[in-house]
Parts: sequence; C-alpha cells; structure tokens
Amino acid sequence: MTRPFIIAVIVLTCLSVLSLLIGASRLDGNALHLLTISRAPRTLAALLCGAAMAVAGVIMQQLVRNRFVEPSTTGTTEGAMLGLLIITLIAPGAPVIVKMSAAALAALGGVAGFLALIHRLSPRDPFMVPLIGLIWSGILGAGATWFAWHADLVQYLGNWMTGDFSGVLAGRYELLWLAGGIAALAYISADALTVTGLGAARARALGLDHRRAMQLGLGAVALVTALVVVTVGAVPFVGLVVPNLVSRLMGDNLRRTLPVVALGGAALVLGADIVGRLIRWPYEIPVGTVVGVAGAAIFLWILNTRGGHSHAG
Amino acid sequence: MQADILASPLRMTMTPTRATWLIATVLALACTAFMTVGLSGRIGFILELRAVKLAALLVVGGGIGAATVLFQTVAANRILTPGILGFDALFLFIQTTLVMSLGGLGFATLNTGPKFLIETGVMMVAASALFGLLFRTRRADLSRMLLTGVIIGVLLRSLAGLMQRLMDPSEFAVVQSAMFASFNGVERTNLAIAAVLFAVILPLAQAMAGRLDVMALGRRNALGLGLDHDRAVLGVLALVAALTACATALVGPISFLGLLAASLAHHLTGTHRHAVLIPASALLGAAILVIGQTVFERVLGQQSSLAVIIEFGGGLLFLTLVLKGMLK
Repeated sequence: MTRPFIIAVIVLTCLSVLSLLIGASRLDGNALHLLTISRAPRTLAALLCGAAMAVAGVIMQQLVRNRFVEPSTTGTTEGAMLGLLIITLIAPGAPVIVKMSAAALAALGGVAGFLALIHRLSPRDPFMVPLIGLIWSGILGAGATWFAWHADLVQYLGNWMTGDFSGVLAGRYELLWLAGGIAALAYISADALTVTGLGAARARALGLDHRRAMQLGLGAVALVTALVVVTVGAVPFVGLVVPNLVSRLMGDNLRRTLPVVALGGAALVLGADIVGRLIRWPYEIPVGTVVGVAGAAIFLWILNTRGGHSHAG
Repeated sequence: MQADILASPLRMTMTPTRATWLIATVLALACTAFMTVGLSGRIGFILELRAVKLAALLVVGGGIGAATVLFQTVAANRILTPGILGFDALFLFIQTTLVMSLGGLGFATLNTGPKFLIETGVMMVAASALFGLLFRTRRADLSRMLLTGVIIGVLLRSLAGLMQRLMDPSEFAVVQSAMFASFNGVERTNLAIAAVLFAVILPLAQAMAGRLDVMALGRRNALGLGLDHDRAVLGVLALVAALTACATALVGPISFLGLLAASLAHHLTGTHRHAVLIPASALLGAAILVIGQTVFERVLGQQSSLAVIIEFGGGLLFLTLVLKGMLK
C-alpha cells in the first residue's frame, strides 16, 4: 500500500458518500428506493467510467510511446461515434450489444488511422503526435457531424459527444462493468504493458510478442471507449491528465501506479459529476462539459511546466 | 519548416507579378459569374442582394488571406494560422460571454454598428493577449506552442459550452446563430465599417512589406540588419488581430481559409517578397470564397456547405503540411 493509493481511497470514499447524498430530490421516506434505483447506479457508473478511461489512457500511452495521447486525442472516440451513427442508420432497433460492437469496430478503425498517420512521423517530436491526433479527431468529428446533419441525427450525436450521467438508472449502466473488468485485466498484464512501452525491439528482446500485445491493447482501448460512449457519452481528457499527474508523483512502474491511476480517474469523473450537479442545483451540467474544462486546464499546466519537458516522449 | 514544401515546376514559368495578375483575373471572372449566373425575375433586386453578399465575401476572404501571410511570417512557420491557434474558439467564447453578461435580449437589441465595433474591439484585445502569450513561450519550441494553442482552443470551447449550458434556451439560440460562418444576412452597416477598416489596414500592411521581408530572415538576422524585431512583431500582430477580429465578427469563424489562401499564394507566386505575397494571398482568399459560393449556391443549389467544405479541405491540407514538414 503506497501513500498515494491510501489518499486516493480516502478521497474516493468521501466523494462517493457525497455523491449518494446529493441530488434534485431529498432523501426521505423513499430513500432506499431512490438510492438503489438512481443514486448508487449513478455513483458506480461514474467510478467505473473514470477508472476505465484513465486505464485506457495509460494503455494507449504505453502502446504509442507518447505521454500526450488518449482515446479522445487519437480519433478513437470520434470513430466510436461514427460507428454508432452508421449502425443507428442501418439498424435503428438493433440491441445495444450490436451497437456497442459496431462502435468498438469503428473505434478500432479510428485508432488504426491515427497509427498509420504517425507511423510516418519521427518520434523525436513528442508534441506533434497529439497534435496530429487532435486534427485527425477533428476531421473524423467533422465527418460525423456532416453525416448526422444529412441523416437528421444531430441530436443523437450531441448525446454521445458530451458524457452525461443524468440518465443513469439501475438497468441502464451495467455495460460499464465490462469496461471496469477490462481495466482490471490491464492490471494483471501491467508488466507486459510496461515492457511494450520500451519499444518493439526491446520488448521482443525481453521475450514479449510485441505485435500481439499491440493488438490486444488497442482492442481493449477501443472496447472501453465504445462502452463508455454507448452508455454515457464521451468523457474527454481523463485518460490524459490522470496518468500524467500520477506519473509525476510516482514514476512509471505500472504495477505500482495503475491502481492509483484507476482510482484517480474515478475520483476526477465522480468529482466532476458532483460539481455538475451542484453548480446550478437542481438542474445539471453534463459531466463531459465539466471534465472538458478541468481537463483542458490541467493539460495546459502539464504541457507548460518543466516536468512535461523532461518526461515528454 | 522550410519554405519550399510546395515547390513545383509551375512557378518557374511565371514571374510573381504575372501570377498575381492571373489570380486577379480569376477573381474578376468569379465575381462576374457570381453576379450573373442564374439571373431571372426582378433583376435589380437580385443584383443588389448579390452585390452585398459579394462585398462580404471579398472583404472577409481578402482580410483573412492577408492576415494569414502576415501571421505566418511573424511566426516563422507556414502551418500556423490565427484559426489554428485558438482564434475561433476565442470568438465563440467572447460571443457567449457577451450574451451571458448582457442577456439574450440585451445582446440582440444592441445597435448593430456599435455592437460590431465592441465585438471587434474586445476580440482584438483578447487576440493580442493570446498571441502575445503564445509568442513569449515560442522561443523554446514550436510544436509545444502549437499544441498549447490548440488546447487553449479546447479550453475556451469547453468554457463556452459550460456557459451555454447555464443559459436560457432563447439566449442559447442567439449564441448558436453566431457559431457558424454565414454570408447570408450580413448587416450593411457592419460591412461598411469592415470595408473602411480593411481599406485602412491593408495599405498599412503593404507599407510594412519591406520590414516583413527582413523579419522573414529570422529574428537574429533582422536585429543584425537594424530592425527592432520585437516591436515590429507587436505591430504586425496588432494588424493581424484587427483583420481577423473584423472578419470573424462580420460572418463568423472560418478557420482553415487562411491556410488555403496563404499556402496557395506561396505556391503560385514562388516569391518571398511581401509586396507581392500580401495582395496575392488576399486575392486568393477572396477568390476561394467567391468561387466556392458560386459553385455551391448556383450550381449545386446548396446554402450551408461552403464553410464545411473549406474546413474539411483545409484540415486535410494542414495534415499534409504537417506530415511533409515532419519528413524533411
């Protein structure tokens, strides 16, 4: 048990209790019902989503070997949205598992396109990688918007573009447990991930099937992203700022840091959701918007302080 | 980033001045086509409507084209444009803040002339602050500055989004109409103000052409040649902020138009002399808009797609430039 881990657990417990107590209606006669139907699922959804996105960010950063990538800066999130749009158009009544698979496949396509783009890039310049990823995401996003505009689905797209927990009820978020499960699997293979982060040649020299590790890792990232987008909508920057902050505090041994990253991601998303619920009580601000502001601000700080310099790449 | 990313055999056959005249001819033809294609019914009325729209296209395209060349010289980089460094997001943020602080009704009932001037003024100040901030950190490395600019854009966009969530739906509708570039329904008073501003600024920029040529040699060389580089940078940035703020306040954000115009201007004229580059880029910016609008409105019968297509094409060009720059 490291000290950051214990602090993260304490913070998370406080936030969870707070999250259970806050909402538009009071906890009175029907308190138990309200808690089990709405508040507890919502809190769990935020925790699972935050943890899974933060871990997905770490996986991505190890595979691409760049500190500034995560699903929303590599076209993965936009790919998932495109996939959802297409499946909604072809088969509007498809069960959620089919939609999820389509989104995951398209997310994989998005990240594959990103990898093809940076394959031609010299790794000397670490800031160019996320920059190209952002432009790539922008192009995919513009494509999705254009497509949605013509198919009259802009409103759907809006739902997926901004993560929001206000619609979470018991029975509507359980897919996120799968995302949580994938994050747990990542912990089991933490050492393999660390080795992958050393680069293809060194990883092979250490006896790791680098190609297979890449495929599995990217598959996991695409699946997590698709699950989160399908159930609550995109939650940007979590996978980027949390791993960077943790790595500044604790270094890069994933076996040690992954649990803290997961807890930190959960705390960030749950905290943002609580802020969103309080800022204009009893109305709500979507968590995606709050995380967007906080995440961009933290990212700017990371980018322009000395740590970002020496750790980059 | 080298200047010759887009080197081509085409420009060997043409002198820079001739290339500029060619662009001017194309623009004139495009304007004629815009005014005359598909005329029917009450010709006088339609011509008047079209003339206003054409004037808006010319002013915006010319302003953004010229501003981008100036900006790229100061930034010593062919990929940067004010739009990529978060200017559009700044515009959105300021619009939202204005609506938020004045209320939707207050915002909508402001007199158009003063409102336009206020918007332009606020944006000029904010843009100078933003560019100044970015350029101070620039010396170290360019890609970090680029990424910082893009993320500042994301931050401003998110902040605007947050404020939009706090608004009434009626206030939101006011903001939403300002979010996308539109050449339909440009206010004539504003257009006149913008045209006058441009008529003042463009000759000023043209007068600085010699100094800009020296600045393009780099800070150290410019200092060696006796140019107060930092002060000149501030002056040019003020012009850029004025041009971009004015164009954006008039029709809304078009981020990649400047990149297209400036890249084409460098490519077609093949010169480093700003006395040619500035007018060439201004003409090209206007030509892209007029041709695009003619094709979309008259030939394809679509109203809204021009801005989207420019964003898409410009985005692809940006990626190409970045990748080519990386391969060097």
